[in-house]
Amino acid sequence: MNSSAYAPALEGTRPIIRTEYGLFIGGKWHAPQSGRYDETIDPAHETAIARVAYGGPEDIARAIRSARKAYERWWAPMKPATRAKYLFRIARAITERSREIAVLESMDGGKPIREARDFDVPTAAAHFFYHAGWADKLEWVLRAGRAPQPLGVCGAIVPWNFPLLMAAWKIAPALACGNTVVLKPAETTPLTALLLAQIAQDADLPPGVLNVVTGDGATGASLVAHPGLDKLAFTGSTEVGREIARALAGRSTRLTLELGGKAAHIVFADAPLDQAIEGVVRGIYFNQGHVCCAGSRLLVEESILDETVARLQQRIDRLRIGDPLDKNTDIGAVNSRAQLERIDELVRSGVEQGATLVQQRCDLPERGYFYRASFFTNVQSSHRIAREEIFGPVLAVMTFRTPEEAIEKANDTPYGLSAGVWTERGSKNMAVAQQLKAGVVWCNTYNRFDPASPFGGFRESGFGREGGIHGLTEYLA
Amino acid sequence: MTQVCVDAVMLESRASELAARSIKGETKSAWIDLAISCIDLTTLEGRDSPGRVRSLCAKARTPLPGSDAPSVAAVCVYPNFVGIARRALEGSALRIASVATAFPAGQAELAVKLADTEQALEAGADEIDMVIDRGAFLSGEEDRVAAEIAIIKKRCGDRHLKVILETGELGSYTAIRRACDLALEAGADTIKSSTGKIGTNATFPTALAMCDALAAFFRRTGVRRGLKLAGGIRTTKQALGYLAILNETLGAPWLASERFRLGASALLDDLLMQRERMRTGHYTRPERIPKD
Repeated sequence: MNSSAYAPALEGTRPIIRTEYGLFIGGKWHAPQSGRYDETIDPAHETAIARVAYGGPEDIARAIRSARKAYERWWAPMKPATRAKYLFRIARAITERSREIAVLESMDGGKPIREARDFDVPTAAAHFFYHAGWADKLEWVLRAGRAPQPLGVCGAIVPWNFPLLMAAWKIAPALACGNTVVLKPAETTPLTALLLAQIAQDADLPPGVLNVVTGDGATGASLVAHPGLDKLAFTGSTEVGREIARALAGRSTRLTLELGGKAAHIVFADAPLDQAIEGVVRGIYFNQGHVCCAGSRLLVEESILDETVARLQQRIDRLRIGDPLDKNTDIGAVNSRAQLERIDELVRSGVEQGATLVQQRCDLPERGYFYRASFFTNVQSSHRIAREEIFGPVLAVMTFRTPEEAIEKANDTPYGLSAGVWTERGSKNMAVAQQLKAGVVWCNTYNRFDPASPFGGFRESGFGREGGIHGLTEYLA
Repeated sequence: MTQVCVDAVMLESRASELAARSIKGETKSAWIDLAISCIDLTTLEGRDSPGRVRSLCAKARTPLPGSDAPSVAAVCVYPNFVGIARRALEGSALRIASVATAFPAGQAELAVKLADTEQALEAGADEIDMVIDRGAFLSGEEDRVAAEIAIIKKRCGDRHLKVILETGELGSYTAIRRACDLALEAGADTIKSSTGKIGTNATFPTALAMCDALAAFFRRTGVRRGLKLAGGIRTTKQALGYLAILNETLGAPWLASERFRLGASALLDDLLMQRERMRTGHYTRPERIPKD
């Protein structure tokens, strides 16, 4: 446990943060019609970072109008190779300003700078690079000889767990295909989306091609309700996803939903255990567990349960929890007080229902929303902690005896976003993976992403794919 | 002994994550001194001579004259220089390590290997760095490899035996792990990565796999055995990366020269440079640090 005693290694870069941010509509910054501004909070210190405009229905209407105009006048008629140039320019700007963006993401959302720096920002840039490459090839690859038809104005509503990356997942393919975008970032993490708007402006992206309207759930609802919307891409909770599906029922607006998950992470007795433990740790504690595809149900073969639990316990004690801007921090701050309360409530339910709670032994910072890395043993499939998405650093450990039982338990969930399998036997690995009802199955690894690989779920985890060729078709008629 | 599989993708990913830890401030100062005190200052060249070994020993005692830098853990030489090193280090606490058993290839009859070891021990070596027979290991003659280690260990008695696995020749991390487990079971006091004489030396993932083996051995037996990394370790940054891997897998009990060694020569100069920088705030001229 003394291994956590590293001298502070604070990231030195400080991004320029304005005291007040307007809405980015039609290539310009506007005050919101409502005149309302909300504070965005640094969850690690519980301090306000900036005031951010609150977009109402009129602002959404204005953004849709400007996106429509940009779509008809400039973006759709533009030569695809020229569109590609803009996307490349944005990708390069993200790379050039990567440190600044990473710090901002970490401050606004609470995630460790190491993850923002090594995962969020480079992966976001990779999505722009990847889709820039697609823009002028769609005609020849996807629909040979027939010019690809964009959809029009696309709405994107993104969550607070990977604010910039989720925006990139939606904006990059939308723009590559010739659509224009109205982006609604999450209310607790608007800053990197606004920085992306700044980058678009600096890249001379034609006005209205990308619009950013900040606000809360009601702002998102206004966007969904607007009749001028041709497509909506949403990433967030299953609950909100259902509301959106209801609101769009009977309308011609296309929809993709990337919702919650309760992924099974299966570890067989013949797995490379040292690495599997690391995989399990990364699967659940990455980004404080605020990951829709987090491996939140560990299914471990009964014969190695005791060893696995002992190793996990030892391992979580070595995780460093603290200031997200310290480069050695493994677990940063939970995104908001509301989320911290939700995690706490679910963990209490686990204890009440009879599961055994194991938590990281460490001190927590005095201020900020922090939650210790945790896992439960003696979990039954009917427990709430085994069924509901906790969206926090909490793992439910269960056992199985045969591959059939593992598959059955893994699929015993209303969700179907992701899963993981660890075994050294390739044939078993593939056979099990085939039978898991999940959009993504990681074999002997976890939480790996690439813009060329489609991502998305089954059942209550949503529909539609993001990334790869599959993701592009969601933005074409 | 069960065969432990190692997954290369996750091992490499985890190793690079650990090696990228940001070691600053007092931790950096403390770890630079720790790294210096864990060095086996080494010369294993065809052109080694008594004079060269004597100057190596002088540097091992006092790495930077006029500073309070700690001395290194040991000097490491060929058996025929052990006597010279012994006289040069008289009165110091420094240990003398000698490579033996037909270093670096290990291609000789057991009798020759034993004689080699014998000579080093008789001349006063405190520690023996033996090489395993990689040819035998790779063709599946694990019992022979284990028996050889056990025989050499028996001959060493209570003197320290480091077993060089030459991980760069073993072909996979799973084989490296196998060799670690085998050497530890056979009685190695320390497992050592490389001879420094082939292209692939110590790497971060290899170090992690070796640490995992030592951790498993400790869980199984309650005994803490040692790790030596050698070959190609030239910079402070590398040394700090290895210490971070050690720290976060095995933990504090291994952060001492009894259980950790860095086989190196040029590394010492870089550590001294960084040490001066931590103390004065600026880099010293490289010329101020004696070359040998």
